[in-house]
Amino acid sequence: MSAARGIRPTAPSSTGLSAIGSFFRAREIPVAGALVALIIVTTLVNPRFLSPQSVKDLMLNATIVIILAVGQALVIITRNVDLSIGSILGLVAFGTGTLFDVAPGLPIPLVFLAGMVFGAALGAINGALVTAAKVPALVITLGTMYIFRGVLTSWAGSKQYFSGDNPPEFGALSVDTFFGVPIITLVALVVVIAVGVFMHAVRSGRDLYAIGSDPDAARLFGISVSKRVLAAFVASGALTGLAGVLYTSRYNSVGALTGTGLELDVVAAVVVGGVAISGGTGTVVGAAIGAILLSTITSSLTATRVDKFWQQAIVGVLILSAIIIDRIVSARTARKLRVNEARDV
Amino acid sequence: MVTGTVAGAPSGEPHTDDAPGAALLSLRGASKTFGPVIALADGTIDIRPGEIHALVGENGAGKSTLVKILAGVHAPDGGEFVVNGEPVSFRTPADSKAAGISVIYQEPTLFPDLSVAENIFIGRQPKGAAGLISRGEMRRQARALFDTLGVPIDPDRIAEGLSIADQQIIEIAKAISLDANVLVMDEPTAALSGVEVERLFGVARGLRDKGTGILFISHRFDEVFALCDRITVMRDGRYIAVHTTADVTVPQIVREMVGRDVDALYPKEDAVIGDTVLRVEGLGRAGVFQNISFEVRSGEIVGLAGLVGAGRTEVARAIFGIDRYDTGQVTLHGKALKPHSPQAAIEAGIGFVPEDRRKQGLVMDLSVAKNATLTLRNRLARFGLISGSRETSAANDWSGRLRVKTGSQQYSVSTLSGGNQQKVVLAKWLATEPTLLIVDEPTRGIDVGTKAEVHRLISDLAGRGIAIIMISSELPEVLGMADRILVMHEGRITAELPRAEATAELVMHAATSSEGTSTTSATLETSR
Repeated sequence: MSAARGIRPTAPSSTGLSAIGSFFRAREIPVAGALVALIIVTTLVNPRFLSPQSVKDLMLNATIVIILAVGQALVIITRNVDLSIGSILGLVAFGTGTLFDVAPGLPIPLVFLAGMVFGAALGAINGALVTAAKVPALVITLGTMYIFRGVLTSWAGSKQYFSGDNPPEFGALSVDTFFGVPIITLVALVVVIAVGVFMHAVRSGRDLYAIGSDPDAARLFGISVSKRVLAAFVASGALTGLAGVLYTSRYNSVGALTGTGLELDVVAAVVVGGVAISGGTGTVVGAAIGAILLSTITSSLTATRVDKFWQQAIVGVLILSAIIIDRIVSARTARKLRVNEARDV
Repeated sequence: MVTGTVAGAPSGEPHTDDAPGAALLSLRGASKTFGPVIALADGTIDIRPGEIHALVGENGAGKSTLVKILAGVHAPDGGEFVVNGEPVSFRTPADSKAAGISVIYQEPTLFPDLSVAENIFIGRQPKGAAGLISRGEMRRQARALFDTLGVPIDPDRIAEGLSIADQQIIEIAKAISLDANVLVMDEPTAALSGVEVERLFGVARGLRDKGTGILFISHRFDEVFALCDRITVMRDGRYIAVHTTADVTVPQIVREMVGRDVDALYPKEDAVIGDTVLRVEGLGRAGVFQNISFEVRSGEIVGLAGLVGAGRTEVARAIFGIDRYDTGQVTLHGKALKPHSPQAAIEAGIGFVPEDRRKQGLVMDLSVAKNATLTLRNRLARFGLISGSRETSAANDWSGRLRVKTGSQQYSVSTLSGGNQQKVVLAKWLATEPTLLIVDEPTRGIDVGTKAEVHRLISDLAGRGIAIIMISSELPEVLGMADRILVMHEGRITAELPRAEATAELVMHAATSSEGTSTTSATLETSR
């Protein structure tokens, strides 16, 4: 044996420190920090920003984006994306209005169930196409985005359903509060916690991270990649369906244009919340915080009387900084890797 | 459980020293083809409980394909596959894992974003309260595994940024925690240092003593002989022989590995060897290659031999300026070549035909004409626009000379056969009139007929005074074509052999052992 080969000094591992380190490296922390800073600064400029009514509006505005962001995060973590959610939301919202129209006495839980099943079915179409065709999800869901929207346009025509057409107790979900928190926001909270626990501590949830981290390795490891990715799309569809039903409760009217352009706001929220667009990292909690941050910024800029144009530009800057921070972090690890390997020879 | 009685192996010689008994796994006459390429013609091996079994063979002998069949990645086209006495046909890697086979690949397949502990236990994380994953328990088990392996890796750190050696250790920890009956290790030591290799061997022997059957693939004979109980030799996709380690010698194994005729398939014609074109002095890149010095003269073909991963391609890329180098200098026609600039290399007269022509050599969806003239864009342009007719005539000129078989210059390159694609890449570089041409694995994946044509072409170019560096993993090709052979091993040049002295055994030895080891190396000139 070649005893002459070099002895590699093994890197010291510092478990205690690394726990603290990983807390500060966690991608959610800077986003949450930005959110807190934003609220503080806005309140200093305009103290009414934290009045009870204003806080309630903030929560209501964030609710639907939070649910959509959680669903989208599931998909993005697997290194896919779903651009059709705006159209799915529109279809489900209009479908909900139609349901109340044709079957006025229907119990509200059943309406929620119908909306989620409808959304899940549309998500299943996306998932099936993505896993069967082996075409990037970006292209597939761009296609279904237009198809679903087309279906909605020909279904709805110029028809609109107004909040007055729905049962009053359905609209009340977006008005009534429980300890100051709107009911529909509580629904969003439950969604974040449930999906968060699933992704953190259930095996199939962890599989989604593995798939996004390295799909080929996942396949070699025997993870059923197609099945899991399909499930992620179905779950995202179901959550979008839920958001669609809540949308009908929250807003005044639903029609052919409902949800148009929403997909990009949601992808932005997810990315800003620390979910890497290339999959494998980030949490649904982060995505939810990203959603709150983006919807709060809009309100905050309005409260401080900043021009509408700047609101969009600031969202853009946020997205870019999230991505740049991501690149810097991964470039640093890559360099570390090269130095480590150099030591081996 | 009686697998020794599997009647009549369909092809190949039957094992003579086969004790009828309970092999854990037995593969007979397995074959696998990919399109026209026969990756495996007769894959035959059996692994008994409590043995470490080596699988040796040249690059391209079919070892990796055999491993992938065991792993359930590829389904064999033919042959018998018996595991624990039951015939099996794996459809997915999960099937193979369920049958108790655990595979550690040459390239570690970890999930970079997940923690080390999770990488070990993914899909079977220990559960705690309410059926949820218990991270504390997972961490504890990972740490216990690392303690038995004697390595201080933090189970909570993410896998990204780990050294290859540490990644390899994690793969081993994963395999151990799976309690596999059969452990397949595809060149596990390639990236490990001496101490780490010893530790790995300790682990392997421990597993063997517990009754695990281990398949160990390695190019290092010292390791094979130190560790393994039996050795199976493969060549050209076929099973050749199986030996008990104690009854066999290194030269015998080498002979079986390379034992085929180096025939007239490789017609390097004698060319006038002129002045020095390229001089490389002390080239080094941390962790990749060290102290690389050599010269190439006009009309000379210098073969760069060695195993996959020895650093040959990396040296070529550094010379051509694709990668940086940390030390040393490259001189072309007596003038220093600007480092890290392919543009400067092309202008100075270097052409580079890369190993993976599909990814690096050709734009597959562009036409033959566009590909062949890609390197000439500036010369063909008039007022900044490329003239289509000039492009076609330049392309016609070169592909005619190289006898590229295509229906039209406007067909997309992806419609051509591998050999003709290779000719288009050559045409592309010849159009720049290089004085030095680097060809990396010029005939990989090309059928035998076209292979000879590519060889004749390269020989013809040398005849016109072009200096050529040919990287090749095929021994007969190197031996037949090169005027001089440089052999690399683990980032260093371990031998320099003139054509007259070079034999397959010498090259193989220099490629597989660190300098100055064992038996026949007495006649090796080691270059410094």
